[in-house]
Amino acid sequence: MQVYLPIAEVSVNVFVLLGLGGLVGVLSGMFGVGGGFLMTPLLFFIGVPPAVAVATGANQIVASSVSGLMAHLKRRTVDLRMGTVLLIGGLIGAALGVVLFNYLKSLGQVDLLINLCYVVFLGIIGALMFIESLNALRKSRRGTPPKRKKHNWVHALPFKMRFRTSGLYISVIPPLLVGLAVGVLAAIMGVGGGFIMVPAMIYLLNMPTKVVIGTSLFQIIFVTGFTTMMHATTNYTVDVVLAVVLLVGGVLGAQAGTAIGMRLKAEQLRILLAGLVLLVCGKLALDLLLTPSELYVLSAAGSH
Amino acid sequence: MRLLLLILLAFALPAKAEQVVLGLSKEIVQISTDFDGSDILIFGAIKRETPIEAEPLQVIVSVAGPQQPVTVWRQARRFGIWVNAHAVEVDAAPSFYAIATSAPWAQVISETEDLRHKVSIPRAIRSVGAPMDVPDAQSFTEAVIRIRTGEGTYQLLENTVTVREQTLFDTAISMPANLTEGSYPTRIFLTRGGRVINTYETEIEVRKVGLERWLYVLSRQQPFVYGLMSLFIAIAAGWGASTAFRILRSQ
Repeated sequence: MQVYLPIAEVSVNVFVLLGLGGLVGVLSGMFGVGGGFLMTPLLFFIGVPPAVAVATGANQIVASSVSGLMAHLKRRTVDLRMGTVLLIGGLIGAALGVVLFNYLKSLGQVDLLINLCYVVFLGIIGALMFIESLNALRKSRRGTPPKRKKHNWVHALPFKMRFRTSGLYISVIPPLLVGLAVGVLAAIMGVGGGFIMVPAMIYLLNMPTKVVIGTSLFQIIFVTGFTTMMHATTNYTVDVVLAVVLLVGGVLGAQAGTAIGMRLKAEQLRILLAGLVLLVCGKLALDLLLTPSELYVLSAAGSH
Repeated sequence: MRLLLLILLAFALPAKAEQVVLGLSKEIVQISTDFDGSDILIFGAIKRETPIEAEPLQVIVSVAGPQQPVTVWRQARRFGIWVNAHAVEVDAAPSFYAIATSAPWAQVISETEDLRHKVSIPRAIRSVGAPMDVPDAQSFTEAVIRIRTGEGTYQLLENTVTVREQTLFDTAISMPANLTEGSYPTRIFLTRGGRVINTYETEIEVRKVGLERWLYVLSRQQPFVYGLMSLFIAIAAGWGASTAFRILRSQ
């Protein structure tokens, strides 16, 4: 069954879209990532124009994140205080990111930059997480408890604040900076930024893994909501029909994902996410390195 | 004066000895939610006041989408990775272009007539300004044709127009699902020995209807409302699904 998308101006199979939404929803529920880093390239493959894919992806992430967040709120695994601090940084970052995006657009190399951003960030984060969780898994098998609550430079900064849910007493500067960086990347790469925020929260802020996912979902909802509005009002690229079909699959997937996530151990969860991140990174890197079969690329005039 | 005009007209008419009378299976293509491409049957007859000439009559049918500017990038390897290196702005290329002919291309129209009437795919694309650093601008236009032919939006359909007794003709043009809104100029050329002897022009209207139309208009005219609506739907769907699952689990 085909459905015609009014903004994207293409006709696509409903079941492909439902499956895509479901797959990304499962990831969202399991790992607390929006799944935009996977959704956006997958939408390109089925023929949705990149600008529409990015904007609509943001809208769809709002839906699956709300669904995931509700499940986490019920289990009290959301640090609202930390989430708000991250969000303040995130909104400032997203606004800065849009300015940067438009500047790069005027230079004509925005596509390349987006791809490079993906490869570099996914590569670094995927590799770090993979090594770290592999070590943690090995240690937990041997029976030695993993070392946590180590004091690093993060604890030496001023403006300390108590985050009860996370059991932390740290300065607000690191979370603000993390939120800011994620906001910038969210605007440039058209993703929620969970795949960067989750590791940053675990390794930089030393937050407990259980709280990390709910809190990142909380921040992602607002940042992607903001991005959706920006795209809808400036580029007219949010396709609501595409979003609805994706989110029907997405919300169902998110519930399934949350249930799967509860059954797995934190280290196993992290190693799976790391593997996935590396896989997407490898695919994008290959596209940059291998000689393309078609040397020419068409784009609507004025968009370079 | 009026009489003179009438006389002139009377003398002018026989010059157009053969004329097209055209029919379309539909003049408006409606894009609804379940739109999945459309086949248009184009048929017609040739009206003439003189005996049929010995040289066979050929028919060319072309349907073109709205003209749009396109930026064509050529990729090159820089520092080991493939990047967009050179750009050429193609001033106007139709979003869709299909030509059906009654015989192989070389037999239906001569090079000069093609140039005059801009019938073939390369002639339908207008590219004037290529930057100084790109010497082979032609290959960029060729790339547009190659890519769009691959996508099925540019079609050259030789030998697909059936001509009966040099009087009746018909052909079918299949339009893909990814159509752009607008009016699609449709042209019919009658040729003999490569010369165009008569042309006929009409338009096929392609437009969104119903929900598609409403959403499209809203997104352009009330983008803020449209954005809020998208967000509201997203939040409601997420919240609704979560509540539904909780009720399901608690039972």
